[in-house]
Amino acid sequence: MNFVTPDFMPAMPEIFLLSMLCVIMIIDLFLKDESRGATYVLSLIALIATAFLSFSNFSTESITTFNGSFILDPMATILKIAICIIVVGVFIYAKDYLKDRNMYKGEYFTLGLFGVLGMMVMVSAGNFLTVYLGLELLSLSMYAMIAMQRDSIVASEAAMKYFILGAIASGILLYGMSMVYAVTGSLDLATINKAVSGADRVVMSFGLVFIILGVAFKLGAVPFHMWMPDVYHGSPTSVTLYIASAPKIAAFAMMYRLLVDGLAGMQADWQMILIILSVLSMVFGNIVAIAQTNIKRMLAYSTISHVGFIIMGVVAGTQAGYGASMFYAIVYAIMSVAGFGMIVLLSRAGFEAENIEDFKGLNQKSPWFAFVMMAIMFSMAGVPPFLGFWAKITVLQEAVNSGFLWLAIVGVLASVIGAFYYLRVIKAVYFDKLVDETPIQASMDIRLTLSLNGMAILALGLYPTVLITLCITAFTRAI
Amino acid sequence: MLILTHFLVLSAILFSISLAGVFINRKNVIILLMCVELMLLAVNTNFIAFSYFLGDTAGQVFVFFILTVAAAEAAIGLAILVVLFRNKRTINVEELDTLKG
Repeated sequence: MNFVTPDFMPAMPEIFLLSMLCVIMIIDLFLKDESRGATYVLSLIALIATAFLSFSNFSTESITTFNGSFILDPMATILKIAICIIVVGVFIYAKDYLKDRNMYKGEYFTLGLFGVLGMMVMVSAGNFLTVYLGLELLSLSMYAMIAMQRDSIVASEAAMKYFILGAIASGILLYGMSMVYAVTGSLDLATINKAVSGADRVVMSFGLVFIILGVAFKLGAVPFHMWMPDVYHGSPTSVTLYIASAPKIAAFAMMYRLLVDGLAGMQADWQMILIILSVLSMVFGNIVAIAQTNIKRMLAYSTISHVGFIIMGVVAGTQAGYGASMFYAIVYAIMSVAGFGMIVLLSRAGFEAENIEDFKGLNQKSPWFAFVMMAIMFSMAGVPPFLGFWAKITVLQEAVNSGFLWLAIVGVLASVIGAFYYLRVIKAVYFDKLVDETPIQASMDIRLTLSLNGMAILALGLYPTVLITLCITAFTRAI
Repeated sequence: MLILTHFLVLSAILFSISLAGVFINRKNVIILLMCVELMLLAVNTNFIAFSYFLGDTAGQVFVFFILTVAAAEAAIGLAILVVLFRNKRTINVEELDTLKG
């Protein structure tokens, strides 16, 4: 048996990020608390450089290396760049929040970067082993990040709940993988895809159900959503920012890799299950969000409904459908990071702006950020011309094109219900009396990033074609 | 003579015990952590059995990775448990109810 050295080039961004991480960890070890800024700056540089490396690695064809366990295709490249840019935003928002709460330690950034590495591996996974390792690298980093606020009862409780449920979900996912391995005799997704047609249907469906359960948990689809509101609410906002944004992109990629790359032959079976998940998530998420007064909880339920839409694109089962779904995942991450960024902006040392009341009369305090908040909320509700509208309409279009008209109607009805609680926040911002007179204390870099983020929602909404075509051609060209 | 079915039944039983343990247990978080570990061991049994009877080593390699990750997971789980106990002075599952809604 001869050993062939694999081609390392396609995995260059990951290898670079890992080396940078080791360097950052060692440097951080020798830093005093007052010079912790170096870790922060180095992490940002590492992320931007990784995004740049991914960009320069772009290839229109699908390249596999490491015996098929690593795939580099247009989808992977675009998602990796999106993940890196979004985490840059997360780190910038989080910095002052961490400082004010005495949590400004190197661990936040190193764990965050390890999570990014895990997401990038998930996005490029071509083998059950890489899917699992990427997923665990991301999850373990997130468990530790939530528990970082050591003196908070809610944070440790949220960490424990997330840990238990997350560990069960990966156990179930693995059980499904072992079933698929049993009938196909391989862990490689491409080989599994070829073997599906000749495999035993019963065992295969058995494995498929377990795999979908694991994926649905990571996405937070109803009925596997129980952890999301508690974790979003309990973790410090700096960590919620992270959990709520980029990992959903990675979860979409995991769903695509497992179900389409690996089990495309079972499409008729997984479509049925995904339809149920999609309908339940959209309806349940939007209805329960109405009852929330805590804005972090409200955004958690709104995430659940967005996940329903992301799944709807995959249900459509066409290349364009996957593209629409991917577009939705990226748009969701942009909106979500901005939404939690707003909470960070209004919070200060000893005060958390996490209730809807805290947003009352924001217009009197700062008309500009009131406008940004309005852009975010309208975009999440799906009002034109903001970005969220285009995300919803592309997904709905693809669902209708594939003959799921009733699913699209359910989606529209659910968004109409959802519009209520988004509008309630806008009402509080513009028409209610100012309660909290203290001026916004956030520093310049947060203000600047948040303004850019809000403007991106508006500008990309006015010119959506570039991003949409990019996402859809990522799939049509790959096959 | 042991056949594949024996291993599958064993792992299915272990898996069910661990799932039941998670949902029935209302007393102790440490038991939850043990259930999670048991679940991963059930999966390992499955993988090794399939790997042996298929004559394919990939499954056994996967088991090595699962074992390593499980160790890391247990370490993080216990660390979170210590943090939780310091804050709440209890590890009773029923008392983890600060977050609701």
